[in-house]
Amino acid sequence: GQTRVLHMLRAELESFFDILEERRQSSDISHALRTFSAQPYHEATPPSVKALNRMVLESQFLRYVIAEVAAESGEPPECVKEEAAGILDKMAQNLQLSFIRLLGFSLSKIFKRLFRSIWVNEDGLARLQQAIQEHPVILMPNHRSYIDFLVLSYIMFTYDLSIPVIAAGIPLMGMSLIGEIFRRSGAFFIRRSIGSDKLYWAVLSEYVRTIVRTGFAPVEFYVEGLRSRTLKSLTPKLGLMQMVLEPFFKGEVYDVLLVPVSISYDRVLEETLLAHELLGVPKPKETTTGLLKARKVLEDDYGCMHVCFGKPVSARALAQGRVNRGQFNLVPRGLPLNASAELQEFVNGVAHLLVRLQEKNMVLSPWSLMTFTLLQSPQGVDWDQLTHKTLWLRTLALRFGAHLNWPDSEVMSDSLALHHSIACREKGRVQLVEEVGPGPVTQEEAVFRKASAVLMCASYRNQALHVFTRPALVALAMTTAASPRKGEQRFCFLQELFANELIFIPGHAVQDFEEGCDGLQQCGALTITDQTLRVTEEEQDAIIFLTAILQPFIETYEVVCRILCEERFQTFSEKSFLSSVRDAVIKLLISGEVRSYECLSSNTQKNVLWALLRMGAVSKSRV
Amino acid sequence: MFLKIIHACKTSKRKVQLSFCCMRSILSLSLSLSLSLSYFFFPFRHDIMKWNGWGYSDSRFLFNKKGQAEFTGKRYRLSGLILPSLKDWFEGTFGANLQHKSPATPALNVSAVPPPNLNESFVEELKAAGVALSQEPEDRVFRSHGHCLHEIFALREGRISRVPDLVVWPSCHNDVVKIVELACKHNVCLIPYGGGTSVSSALECPPEETRSIVSLDTSQMNRILWIDEKNLTAHVEAGIIGQDLERQLNESGYCTGHEPDSMEFSSLGGWVATRASGMKKNIYGNIEDLVVHIKMVTPRGVIEKSCQGPRMSTGPDIHHFIMGSEGTLGVVTEVTMKIRPVPEYQKYGSIVFPNFQQGVACLREVAKQRCAPASIRLMDNEQFQFGHALKPQVSSIFTSFLDGLKKFYITKFKGFDPHHLCVATLLFEGDREKVLQHEKQVYDIAAKFGGLAAGEDNGQRGYMLTFVIAYLRDLGMDYYVIGESFETSVPWDRVLDLCRNVKERIVRECKERGVQFPPLSTCRVTQTYDAGACVYFYFAFNYRGLSDPIHVYENVEHAAREEILANGGSLSHHHGVGKLRKEWMKEAVSTVGLGMLKSVKEYVDPSNIFGNRNLL
Repeated sequence: GQTRVLHMLRAELESFFDILEERRQSSDISHALRTFSAQPYHEATPPSVKALNRMVLESQFLRYVIAEVAAESGEPPECVKEEAAGILDKMAQNLQLSFIRLLGFSLSKIFKRLFRSIWVNEDGLARLQQAIQEHPVILMPNHRSYIDFLVLSYIMFTYDLSIPVIAAGIPLMGMSLIGEIFRRSGAFFIRRSIGSDKLYWAVLSEYVRTIVRTGFAPVEFYVEGLRSRTLKSLTPKLGLMQMVLEPFFKGEVYDVLLVPVSISYDRVLEETLLAHELLGVPKPKETTTGLLKARKVLEDDYGCMHVCFGKPVSARALAQGRVNRGQFNLVPRGLPLNASAELQEFVNGVAHLLVRLQEKNMVLSPWSLMTFTLLQSPQGVDWDQLTHKTLWLRTLALRFGAHLNWPDSEVMSDSLALHHSIACREKGRVQLVEEVGPGPVTQEEAVFRKASAVLMCASYRNQALHVFTRPALVALAMTTAASPRKGEQRFCFLQELFANELIFIPGHAVQDFEEGCDGLQQCGALTITDQTLRVTEEEQDAIIFLTAILQPFIETYEVVCRILCEERFQTFSEKSFLSSVRDAVIKLLISGEVRSYECLSSNTQKNVLWALLRMGAVSKSRV
Repeated sequence: MFLKIIHACKTSKRKVQLSFCCMRSILSLSLSLSLSLSYFFFPFRHDIMKWNGWGYSDSRFLFNKKGQAEFTGKRYRLSGLILPSLKDWFEGTFGANLQHKSPATPALNVSAVPPPNLNESFVEELKAAGVALSQEPEDRVFRSHGHCLHEIFALREGRISRVPDLVVWPSCHNDVVKIVELACKHNVCLIPYGGGTSVSSALECPPEETRSIVSLDTSQMNRILWIDEKNLTAHVEAGIIGQDLERQLNESGYCTGHEPDSMEFSSLGGWVATRASGMKKNIYGNIEDLVVHIKMVTPRGVIEKSCQGPRMSTGPDIHHFIMGSEGTLGVVTEVTMKIRPVPEYQKYGSIVFPNFQQGVACLREVAKQRCAPASIRLMDNEQFQFGHALKPQVSSIFTSFLDGLKKFYITKFKGFDPHHLCVATLLFEGDREKVLQHEKQVYDIAAKFGGLAAGEDNGQRGYMLTFVIAYLRDLGMDYYVIGESFETSVPWDRVLDLCRNVKERIVRECKERGVQFPPLSTCRVTQTYDAGACVYFYFAFNYRGLSDPIHVYENVEHAAREEILANGGSLSHHHGVGKLRKEWMKEAVSTVGLGMLKSVKEYVDPSNIFGNRNLL
């Protein structure tokens, strides 16, 4: 299995086409109204919404769970069934081609205003078309913006591919009208925290499985669970992942094809919101009026976006030799599946692999690389030096297998202009831009504004972070380990510590270490003599640069640990954790004891807590 | 009598060479005109059967000079007929070409057969005991294999591996007792041989066996010893061949109703040893339901029950140690079986369904209502088309007109897609009145699942296919096409998934392994039970361009079996385990289960006299 996985991770170069170009030349109306002829899987015709919902409600599985819930709660089964029907009604999609057309029309208009171009790899689309006809397909995009799924459906519509059914968060549904439009465009809605609501889980999982089984449309879901506020990949969630794989485990379909989709933006629509959320400013509730107010977003330029459809990953191929499908032989197929530890581990591995593939295929903008240097020079940097360092970094990134969108030499100044809200060039010097607000500011407010700028900038760096994580971790491990021989051990420790921060496929530590070493060897920063790794003197720059990438994270981890060591943190509640840590970090920033403003990222702070919990330094108990 | 024997020996195409001792006993016996004489004249079945293919030598498919397919001989309904559409189907399905032939080695190269490794003292004592035997290469090779693809393929190429060193023909139970005693005394390995129709490598001599291997051919133990009309049972020697048993019972107005597809050639002892299943099990039951009493000779002695009570509570049923033991414990010599009066009326039938799903749903409903006819089988679309390719030339314009009309009605008027529709074949048996009533009930159920009655003729042709399909494999092998069938049993809720996944797996595995043309991968549901069904797969492909077709074939079959097991199917419904499926036994019956079987083997046969190494 391992070699197969490594093979999949190898980078591939593909050509991209701008789908907006044609839209700028021909009529949007005729595009929206043209004959739509998607080839579905096994010629499956979509069941009507009613029929689909009936299949779900009358499934052996739901009947079993309803009886169980009724017995546990003492409610009459009819009421529980009613409740299940209610949940399903709230959840179900209502895919209608006419709404896709409406959406297609309006999105053509909107996208043309927002973006200069939307680049899509057509080879990926051809593969996808083939895959959809062969087996049920699961589209697994990364999640960086609200508009991710709109873009995907729009592309599918444009290329005559079956419109996917999309797992969306319930807040979207709350937006009157828009929620309904989304529903009719194929979105189904999932509650954010399902917890232990057995009936809800049952309805949701049976609903998802039924769609996969019938295969009339690809299922699309975000394996990361939420929109990443940091633009960095998130640790995958396993609930939906298992649901879409179950029909394969049980043999109800021959295979399930997982298609990683990597979406990247030159400039993310929500960039200011993201930084604010990380600093603890609550995100505005999704409402239709809110959306209308956000109209002014339309007036700005967001550059290009790239959508890369990866190679379909066969669940069957992954499971070969790792999952004993015979384990479900003794239980009726309709009954809940008790996932063995082996199976859960497999599902977890698949989910991580897909996130890695999303990262691998992502097309990065020059701006992402420029932010590395910007963040490493808090006092600003000369334009010449910035371009010089970025070009050096570009070589490094290409060596590490990154996909870059680098059309010409003007691209860096273009990027800077595009991101005028983050950085600006004055008298040949580039500096981060701070938000301007009213009048005299307190020390805290000043820190806040500074941090907001830094975090916004950091999120673009995060988009490219995955390219450097393995070599950077090796560099850090080699330079901090007691002896070169202990490098790998140190690497494993760092990997475990940062398991929530950076995505590693579980059980792949050896390969990750080797990948990191390979990268460093290629740029001459590491040599192997007598099977011992040694950091070379000549390429110190690379080592210093790579370790510096991780510095803000390490500092945050250090600071949070230091704060937690204070007496008042002997015991603390999860709720108060973020605000107390934030206050403490602000104080330390003001006093100058802490230097990186990234320490204020609530996301990293939470990750520290998870890491400490995982490693047993902190324990959790219910009160 | 004497003259007749001489005559038979003379006219026999192949010289029957018996051991000197045997000849002497024939002479002495014939001179004394003893009654037992007839047992020493062997109506060698292998004289009229192919040595490197299926069935009778006179019956085979071939493409004549005009390129039309025909079936030779006079034995079958299809014999002597032209099959006009077979060629197109054959070439279209496999990408085969009549120009590309892969003919078999015409005759057995006797010098390629390894010389026998005889245990002289065993042979001496056997001769002294008057047991017929032979060490002729032809006799030994004939009993060295079953009908697995790799076995027949090797024979066609003239490749001979380890074969038995000696063939013995006991004529009765006591002969077997003697042979087994001597085998124990001299430590030789015995492999019981019945009809030779095994498809599980059960008859293959274990290559690692260093002792002398003796094939114990039961074919001369073929008498019906008595018929008990009060209890409706018959006591029969285990070497009797299915069709002979049925024919002889019919003469007295009875039948067993046990009709496995191999019944022309397979033996009663073989049925018991493999847990056979008959086509009409819905009325008569499978072998385990039919057997009342079994006598088996083991190295420990003879095992049998003391009475013929119809059911007993005397601990685990010892018959179930014997049934399915696949020749690893001893030789079944005599069996008391249930018999039934020959049914008054038989009627075939068929139903067309718009697709396989509907067909399975109908069969499930029929099973649920427990109203399955004697036989009900559902062929998938590929097999339906295959069946069509075997339609003989129609004699009149009227029939072809009718056929056209039927086709028009089903595809155009009823809107069935010819690439999805599938057919169930039916066989009803019993009183005329009840059969007609039963027929109506089944057709009414079928109608609920979109099924249309499609006539008796289609039904009958479906069953005929069963008997000639094995001949077709030989035709395929003449033109670079190899194939095999395999079966499983599976709960109802998994039937569709299993069929789809296994068929798909076969197609994909073939592609991955470099098979140039998509294979034929087809299935049918052949038996219904309360809790599940038996599914039968056919799989064949064109092997041109492959350097080791058998290896590819075996890999694909292995993958298909893995897929069956992963989808909740059993290791085997009735073919047995043999050596072909041994690797999965532990998984199939658990470690403890396998241990139980092993401990029985250890007790019954501690020196592994019955050393065919099947099953365990």
